[in-house]
Amino acid sequence: MCLSLPARIISIEGDMGQVSVGGVIFQAGLQMVEGVRVGDYVLLHAGFAIEKMKEEEAMETLRLLKEMEDAINGSDGDEVC
Amino acid sequence: MKFVDEFRQRSQTESLARLIAEAATRDYTFMEVCGGHTSAIHRFGIPSLLPDRVRLLSGPGCPVCVTSADYIDRLIALASLRDVTVALFGDLMRVPGTLLSPAAAVAEGADLRVVLSAHEALQMARSDPRRKIVFSGVGFETTAPGTAVTVMQADSEGRDNFYVLSAHKLMPPAMEAILKDGTRIDGFICPGHVAVITGASAFDFIPERYGLACVVTGFEPADLLMSVLMLIRQVNSSSPSVETEYSRAVSREGNQRAQAYLTEVFEPCDVQWRGLGHIALSGLRLRDRYRRFDAGAAFTVSLPESIRASACICGEILRGVRTPPECALYASQCTPEHPEGACMVSEEGACNSWFKYRHDE
Repeated sequence: MCLSLPARIISIEGDMGQVSVGGVIFQAGLQMVEGVRVGDYVLLHAGFAIEKMKEEEAMETLRLLKEMEDAINGSDGDEVC
Repeated sequence: MKFVDEFRQRSQTESLARLIAEAATRDYTFMEVCGGHTSAIHRFGIPSLLPDRVRLLSGPGCPVCVTSADYIDRLIALASLRDVTVALFGDLMRVPGTLLSPAAAVAEGADLRVVLSAHEALQMARSDPRRKIVFSGVGFETTAPGTAVTVMQADSEGRDNFYVLSAHKLMPPAMEAILKDGTRIDGFICPGHVAVITGASAFDFIPERYGLACVVTGFEPADLLMSVLMLIRQVNSSSPSVETEYSRAVSREGNQRAQAYLTEVFEPCDVQWRGLGHIALSGLRLRDRYRRFDAGAAFTVSLPESIRASACICGEILRGVRTPPECALYASQCTPEHPEGACMVSEEGACNSWFKYRHDE
C-alpha cells in the first residue's frame, strides 16, 4: 500500500492525467504537483501524483554510487574523492 | 523502468555490501518503518548481503497491519447497511476483524468493493447518486492527501452520498512511541514515501531528542544498502542526524501543496494502533468544516463485542520486539492463504514477507 512508482505523464486534462508505469496506463490526480508537463516523471501513489521526480538528484546519487564502486574496485589509482 | 532499473545494478550492490562489511565494527540494529521497505528488503534478499552484526527489524509501517480490528468491524457493519457501499483498498479485504474479514463479509452479502484510489470511490458516488459510498481512508501521510483532495472535490460539487471512514495515521508519533516503549535500535531507515509529503525534516526530533541515526531511504537495492552504510557511518562517528539518500523524490521541506490539502481537511486526533495501543495525536480525522463527510458520524452501526483470543504476536512484531519465526502460529496455523494476524495478510507485513522470501531459513 505504501507502493509508489515512478510514472511518465502521457496526457493531461485539467487536474487529471494519464501516466505510464513501465507501459501500464493509470489515471492520476495531478493536484499535488505543480507545473508538470507531458513527458515528466512523477511518483504515483494510490491514484495521485505525489511528487515530481528530480532527475538531477537521481544522477547525483548514481554518481555517488559509481564513486563507491570505483573506490572499492580501483586499486589502479582511479580518481576518487 | 527509469528511476528504478539504474538503482538495481549488481555492481552497485556488490560494492556496497563490501563497504558495509568493512564499516561494520560492532553490532547494529536498524528499524525500517515503511511496509514498502519491509517488502523490498526481503524481496531483494538484503539481509543476506549484510554481515551478521547488522540486523534489520520491521516496525509499524504497514498501514494495513496497524489498522485495528474495530475499524474492520465498522467497515463491515457499514457495508451491511441496505443502501451503503464501502470502497476500500484491496490490501484490506482479508484482514481479520473481530468475527469476519471484509472478504468473508462479502460472501455473506455485505457490499464492499475494491478501488485503487479515493477518486475512484468518488466516481462511484457520482455514477449512482442513490447509493451512499463510504471510502475507507487507510494509510499514512503518503495516502491521506489523496483522500483530502477527494473530500474537497466532493465538497465543491455538493455531493451528499460520499463519505470517508478515516483510519489515516501519522508516522512520526508512532516512531516516537516505539522509542518511548523501550525498543532498542541504533537508527531508523526512514520511510521514503511518507517523507515525500512531510519532508525529511519531520524526523529531526529523532537525532535531536533520542540521539539516533536516520536516513530517508528509497526502495531499490542500491538505495537500501547505501542507507545502511550511511546509518553505520553515522553510528560509528557518533554524529546522528537526518540524511536523505532518496533525494530524487524527497526534499527537506516536503510537498507543501500536499501538506496544505492535509491541513485543510484533516486534524490530528488520538487513535488506537493494532499492536501499539493508543498513541496521542497520531491519527487524522475530518475537521468540522468537512464533518458531514465523516461516515463515523453519519451512520449508526452496532459492532460485535467479542475479542478474538489468539496466540498471534503481531503486536510485538510491529514494535520490533520479536520476529515472525518466534510466533507459535507462524507458517503453521498462520499462512498467507489462511492468515491469523494482519502482518501475514498484507503484502507489506513482516510475517508475509518472511513467509514468502525467508521461509527456508
